[in-house]
Amino acid sequence: MPIHEKSLIRPEDLTEHEALEIDGVDVSGHWSTFIETRVVSDYNERMEEEIAALPGGEYIHRCWQCSACTNVCTVNDLNPDFNPRYWIYLARMGFEKELLRDKDLLWQCVSCHKCTHACPREVVPEGVMKAMATWAELKGHTAVSPSASFDAEFTEQIVATGKIEEGRIIRGFFKRTGQPLRQAWLMEMSLRLAKHLPILMGIKMALAALFRPRTRNWGKSQAAIEEYLVERDAANKRALNLD
Amino acid sequence: MSEKYKTVAYYPGCALEGTGHGYNRSTKAVGKKLGLNLVEVPNWNCCGAMEVKNIDPEIQNYLSARNLGIVAEKMNVDTVMAPCNGCYHNLKKVEHDIAKKPKTQEVVDRLSQKAGHATYQAGQVETIHALDWIKDAIGEDGIRARIKNSLKGLKVANYYGCMYTRPRNIFPEKDQGPGSESTYKPHYMDDLLAAAGAEIVDYPLKTACCGGAHTLADSDTSTKLVLNLLQTAEVCGADIIATECPTCHSGLEMHQVRAETEHGIKTNVKMLYFTQLLGLALGISGRKLGLQENVSDARGLLKEKGLL
Repeated sequence: MPIHEKSLIRPEDLTEHEALEIDGVDVSGHWSTFIETRVVSDYNERMEEEIAALPGGEYIHRCWQCSACTNVCTVNDLNPDFNPRYWIYLARMGFEKELLRDKDLLWQCVSCHKCTHACPREVVPEGVMKAMATWAELKGHTAVSPSASFDAEFTEQIVATGKIEEGRIIRGFFKRTGQPLRQAWLMEMSLRLAKHLPILMGIKMALAALFRPRTRNWGKSQAAIEEYLVERDAANKRALNLD
Repeated sequence: MSEKYKTVAYYPGCALEGTGHGYNRSTKAVGKKLGLNLVEVPNWNCCGAMEVKNIDPEIQNYLSARNLGIVAEKMNVDTVMAPCNGCYHNLKKVEHDIAKKPKTQEVVDRLSQKAGHATYQAGQVETIHALDWIKDAIGEDGIRARIKNSLKGLKVANYYGCMYTRPRNIFPEKDQGPGSESTYKPHYMDDLLAAAGAEIVDYPLKTACCGGAHTLADSDTSTKLVLNLLQTAEVCGADIIATECPTCHSGLEMHQVRAETEHGIKTNVKMLYFTQLLGLALGISGRKLGLQENVSDARGLLKEKGLL
């Protein structure tokens, strides 16, 4: 497999003139295409540190750019712009503006762990992707992603009761993201299931929706986790100078 | 039959009480038929699935450590069996992290103390998957000896998903040469179902991803990934995709329907939990195996093949 690369010359940096003469020389047309000079001076020198401080990002410094992660990546197969190796490079160099061109892709990692499996340096690229998505959100570069909304809904339910109930997760997630619950495909699926689901099982599922499954005596665990999460949020903000 | 894993702690997890209920029923029914005892972990909590780690990996570790701690403290067994890939992965993950990362032990100790229960120490409990459980306790010969209803003529693609084998560092017992499970080409499900008489088709996507973590958050991506799995299985000649994870299983079912309703692409391959297939071979009734609880209804096909 080749190392996936991308051209540094972008269409928007190319200039062509239909009719231009400089010092008596005709420089019109394609043969004398101009490439805009690219000078980068606004590095974010703390960028690697910032990402390393967020959950999942702690081993970003180990990367030696072999691209094993990008080569095995599930999402890269679907979209070549999803490129963990390249993003880790940008973050370590402090090319914040360059990374932000791809800001709306960062959250799309599906956590298949192929990258972490292949990485010879134990960078845990999967974790770094999550840290980068969190970084973009906390800095206000992106809105809260659907993935982060799902994580928040899921985690809140566990913290509250020790368990999750799938129906409640689906309802909570659609509500958070402002989507209608009556999606054609979900309706179709429920319909198919309803056709052959035994009545007793149906009643059981309805009861689970009414009476949430919960772990007994969970209160102290809940308090301990909540206290830890408050500290975590404060640490995240401190790392990004957001206080 | 060896005495190994004859009695194990059973950690079903949240999905097996919901969409994966058929997996729960069939796992218990197969265990009973094989003379293996499952003792459910008392008052367990969710392992954190694939979500809590994105908020904080150590909270996820605490959640799994609490469950392992219950097995170590309150149960008279040293092995816990989790049929769900996500649960299995997370229990393995905390076992690894607690041994290798001082920070994990520190957070687990601190939270356990605040929550008022014993903390978990590395090495107290062994975590195994439902596949390890049947493979090691019964084995292929044991299955062959107990077949009542051979799966002969049924073409099966075995789908293992992501969390059962990746990343390799949390599964130190895998990739240990002949007999052990492989992280690149897992074969335990192939071995067991072949012993039950099924015709195993060569399926190159056995550890590809179904997009389960983003099944709702990024449905278009999940549908693409699932369609790839379903269509490839059909090209390989499979009637059935055998699964070993409730998230993969319901993801395949959901996005099979979604591909049909949103994109008009229909696939006919059916999904069954490997325990449902094993159960059929052992002569357990379809109802007891929860076949009616699957969205993807394989009963017509199984009747055609004379298995129901």
